[in-house]
Amino acid sequence: MSELIKQISDPVLEIRDLSVSYNKDKSAVTAVSAGIKKNRVTAIMGPSGCGKSTLLRAINRMHDLYPNVETVGDIFLNGEDTADMSTMMLRRKIGMVFQRPNPFPTMSIHDNVIAGYKLNGIRLQKSDKNDIVEKSLRDVALWDEVKDSLIKKGTFLSGGQQQRLCIARALAFKPDVILLDEPTSALDPVATKKVEELLMQLKKDYTIVMVTHNMAQAARISDFSMFMYLGELIEYGKTKDMFIKPIDTRTEEYLTGKFS
Amino acid sequence: MAFAKQISGEGALKRRVVKNRLFAGSVIFFSMLTISPILLIVYKLVAKGYRQINIDFFTKKAPDTYEAMVAVGAGEVIPGGILNGIAGTLYMVFIASLIAIPVGLLIGIFLYDQQSKRYAGVVRDVVDILQGVPSIVLGLIAYFWVVKNITNGFSALAGSTALAIMMMPLIIRSTEETLKMIPETIIEAGFALGVPYHKIILRVLIPSGFSGLLTGILLAISRIIGETAPLMLTALGSMQVNFQIDKPTSAIPLLIWEFYNDPNMVDLIWSSSLLLMMMVLLLNLLSRQIIARRS
Repeated sequence: MSELIKQISDPVLEIRDLSVSYNKDKSAVTAVSAGIKKNRVTAIMGPSGCGKSTLLRAINRMHDLYPNVETVGDIFLNGEDTADMSTMMLRRKIGMVFQRPNPFPTMSIHDNVIAGYKLNGIRLQKSDKNDIVEKSLRDVALWDEVKDSLIKKGTFLSGGQQQRLCIARALAFKPDVILLDEPTSALDPVATKKVEELLMQLKKDYTIVMVTHNMAQAARISDFSMFMYLGELIEYGKTKDMFIKPIDTRTEEYLTGKFS
Repeated sequence: MAFAKQISGEGALKRRVVKNRLFAGSVIFFSMLTISPILLIVYKLVAKGYRQINIDFFTKKAPDTYEAMVAVGAGEVIPGGILNGIAGTLYMVFIASLIAIPVGLLIGIFLYDQQSKRYAGVVRDVVDILQGVPSIVLGLIAYFWVVKNITNGFSALAGSTALAIMMMPLIIRSTEETLKMIPETIIEAGFALGVPYHKIILRVLIPSGFSGLLTGILLAISRIIGETAPLMLTALGSMQVNFQIDKPTSAIPLLIWEFYNDPNMVDLIWSSSLLLMMMVLLLNLLSRQIIARRS
């Protein structure tokens, strides 16, 4: 394990001895340490309930929302301890996309993209607003599909379009890292393909961490893969290496479909 | 058919068809039975009340018993209208809404926010009990609070207070239920953008649930608009159109009660009831429309 982590030089994110528990007796994530490489797609795989979403949500401190969740350990973003950052600053730098598309139902497509600015009360010039909206929607390849209906509600779009809108919303803050929690599990294959292609594009400018329980997806688009089991990080390395020659038998069993 | 015969025989199939028809028939029959009261009520009110519905009905205050007696004796339509009642009802419902809506929304948000907390449970129980308190008792309380101690006499404020207490539990529970129905993913979306919690409530939750909150308020109004008993002890009633908050005030249900007690005014009962019924019906239809548009 340890030498694998060292392979990740100059990480954007560094997770050190992170444990998360929902109640005192049982921890959902146990002593995970890992570095996340800049401008790469890192996939977190594992069977249901292995703690992969819990780990992902610890990175942008979503657990702060729930007082019963206890988080121990440190996460550094560009060398800075995330625990010392304000949640607003932290989440401007680390965007998040969820399992189900969740555009704000009362907002137009335009407003959804800049929702982060609007809701945080950050004032923008009108031209800046339009630039951010156009740039973000172009980045997710949605601009041409919606440029004539920006004032329509975001919920009018198809599921795949909504998910890309949600990615655009995360991009609008120009974050360093984008976290995605099974972003395609609610989408049809065509929409899934679009989102996957998009993520491959986006890694030029962003660092992407994605939870998936679709092994094929991890193999298709990720550069690095983590395999988690029962809250522990079992194996972490280059996706190619892991799929060809897993080190741990549990990883091998998972990848060969002995359990899922 | 051949297949059905094969497995169960012709007779069994026939029995099933008969049973099915019997069941469908009784469902339709009882459905009709259930809606027949409302049809009969509307029919009766229209048939007996339409003669009195004219412009004067909405623009003139209630006649005195002598005017009514003369008109009835001559076989004419009773002069005057129920403007004092309409104005009083609208006025008192307005004041009651001013009191109940902010308080109800805030407590509803509080209950939603603190769902699993012990004291929220206590508040929720108290709200449920409050909803079950007979309206006449609330009138009595408003009498002692407001009539005795604040306005020193029967007043619109006292009536509105009683109505507001009746509205509050309805608004509180509908607010809580509406907010609960908003998917948590929307809240997380706001949270993932670094939006502070109070702003998520104000700028994400409330706009998302707006139609639900509005529906709850409209239904609460429709519930209290016909309340009579608490108003008897608080607003008392008035022959004048009154917009002074510390003076006795009339209301449509109070007028209906007064007309009932005056043999000369009987004709006005029907038209007043028709109007009140229409107002309630309108509020209900409006809230249904809002719900339909939301989904």
